[in-house]
Amino acid sequence: MLMWIIKRDLLLAMRRQSDVFTILFFFIIVVSLFPLSVGPEMNMLRTMAPGVVWVAALLASMLSLGRMFSNDYVDGTLEQMLLSPQSLSLLVLGKALAHWLVTGIPLVLMAPILGIQYDLPIEALFVLTITLLLGTPVLSLIGAIGAALTLGLRGGGVLVSLLVLPLYIPVLIFGAGAVEANMAGVGYDAHLSLIGAFLLMSLVFAPWAAASSLRVSLE
Amino acid sequence: MLQGINLACVRGDRELFKNINFSLEAGGLMQVHGPNGSGKTSLLRMLCGLSNPAAGEIRWCDKAIHSLDGDYFAVMTYIGHLSGTKDDLTVMENLRISSALAGSEISADQAKEALEYIGLSGREALPVKVLSQGQRRRVALARLLVCKTSVWILDEPLVALDVAAVKLIQGLLEQHLLQGGMVVMTTHQEIDIAAASITQLQLA
Amino acid sequence: MSINWFKYSSPASFYSLAGKITPIFAFAAVILLVAGLYIGFFVAPTDFQQGEAYRIIFIHVPAAWMSMFLYVVMAFWAGIGLAFNTRLSSMFATAIAPTGAMFTFIALWTGALWGKPMWGTWWVWDARLTSELILLFLYIGFMSLQAAIDDPRRADKAGAIIALVGVVNIPIIYFSVQWWNTLHQGASVSVNQAPSMATTMLVGMLVMVFASWMYSIAVILKRTRVIILERESHTAWVAELQKKGTVQ
Repeated sequence: MLMWIIKRDLLLAMRRQSDVFTILFFFIIVVSLFPLSVGPEMNMLRTMAPGVVWVAALLASMLSLGRMFSNDYVDGTLEQMLLSPQSLSLLVLGKALAHWLVTGIPLVLMAPILGIQYDLPIEALFVLTITLLLGTPVLSLIGAIGAALTLGLRGGGVLVSLLVLPLYIPVLIFGAGAVEANMAGVGYDAHLSLIGAFLLMSLVFAPWAAASSLRVSLE
Repeated sequence: MLQGINLACVRGDRELFKNINFSLEAGGLMQVHGPNGSGKTSLLRMLCGLSNPAAGEIRWCDKAIHSLDGDYFAVMTYIGHLSGTKDDLTVMENLRISSALAGSEISADQAKEALEYIGLSGREALPVKVLSQGQRRRVALARLLVCKTSVWILDEPLVALDVAAVKLIQGLLEQHLLQGGMVVMTTHQEIDIAAASITQLQLA
Repeated sequence: MSINWFKYSSPASFYSLAGKITPIFAFAAVILLVAGLYIGFFVAPTDFQQGEAYRIIFIHVPAAWMSMFLYVVMAFWAGIGLAFNTRLSSMFATAIAPTGAMFTFIALWTGALWGKPMWGTWWVWDARLTSELILLFLYIGFMSLQAAIDDPRRADKAGAIIALVGVVNIPIIYFSVQWWNTLHQGASVSVNQAPSMATTMLVGMLVMVFASWMYSIAVILKRTRVIILERESHTAWVAELQKKGTVQ
């Protein structure tokens, strides 16, 4: 069941590859705008890098949330999912995982390259990638709640950012914080464990909350 | 047995209907009639558990359906206005994936057979977006051939279908009713379906 | 004397009850506010470290407390409405949100006013101020979501879910911001080192907290009454009220 929904969403993403690339290029453009706006001074860029990459990842992940449920809502496949004898939470989990595979993973893979533009040391690049790897699934999971609540509403895209971005703050703090800690020569284990804890918590609660939201939105 | 007890529906400030009572036995067909906006679709969405009635209760085997959740969904198939098919997936993928998500996985052969029966042979590998309205409807209805549920709730299943397809669906429904299934449907078309018991429900 | 409290869980009877008790709370709010401000601005001694500027805490602290407390109360009623499908509790939650957001805004505004003479800048990324700002975002999210949904029943439920998600997240956010703040020390001055308070200051503050309470209750009851009228406009009892001309 979980496999079927993931397979389905990946298949759909494959047939619409341009969507995946749009998000990825959005991420690249946002990160590249910062040196243009604050100047190419390398020391400053190096301190900014973790925050910039993380904020850009937040925005990119959020922008793609609209599509998580809305296409399925429009063509009626979502209401069929609600009528499935299997647990809706599991289905939502599958959709969030598929969303992460399609939008999160490309960001994780692209991040080290963007980090090089900011002259991050090798080890910091590694930490940045690890935090994104652990943190982006949290974004997809929490985002699923926002996407489910704003389903079919006018101005849903902007609204979802209001709902979801404040909830992203802890991940942002610890994600960017880990890289900063590493660059400052301090340990970053605590940061990673906390992001890991957020991931576990959102794995447990977010699908359930998003499933209830879907039932509310489709009633 | 599917029962509706004192059902009421409110949309915004307006009460669409109230005090709707019915009971549907195995092999029974219920046709829901009424002008546009009388709440036919709302009633059907309540019956399949997508929305809750403003008052009253729907029971399956004497238990409220909202307390049954998955157990009810396992015996019920709903085909609504929306086709429930993905434009970017092929006919075959659509049928197999929607069946799997509805709880009954089917093999490629089973799917091929069903599609052949519903008149889509040779089109299995086409994406749904290139099909006509009638053909899309057939893809949606093909699910009825492969599902093993007993309650079918069909909202205007005959829309956009040609004469041959209507005949086909009619035969399919009669066979389902003969085997002890139940059908709740709305349609604006005149259609005679033979059934052990037929209920006509008129919404104002 | 036995009162059937359940009677008041129906919007119609709650409407008349709220109409009767709102003026009492409003009156209490005015009295307490005048008393509290008088104590705060005229009776309480001048702080030897902070001068007269500290007096803003008589508004700032109650507002900050109320802003946090009201969010929890709002989430509580929204949750009750979601769990037991009681319309009145959901209306209550909807009525609380604007008041909560207002207190959050006042807390931020007065915080900035206090920060200018104290820290030499309007805004400091202090952990409390930052958390308060995020709280304002949460309030705004709740209100925008409810405003975007036309169907009131869906608005109630969707709002409840986001309020509950918010309540679960508030401790996490608060903790994260604290951690973030300790890591980036230097820019901010901790507010924790407030000097011990004179008794009159404490009294003034407590009176102001009660005033905020009374004000909140009065405003929330009044707003709930308006929401009830709006939602129940098609019912017989509202039509009757209108005929009598008693809808205020």
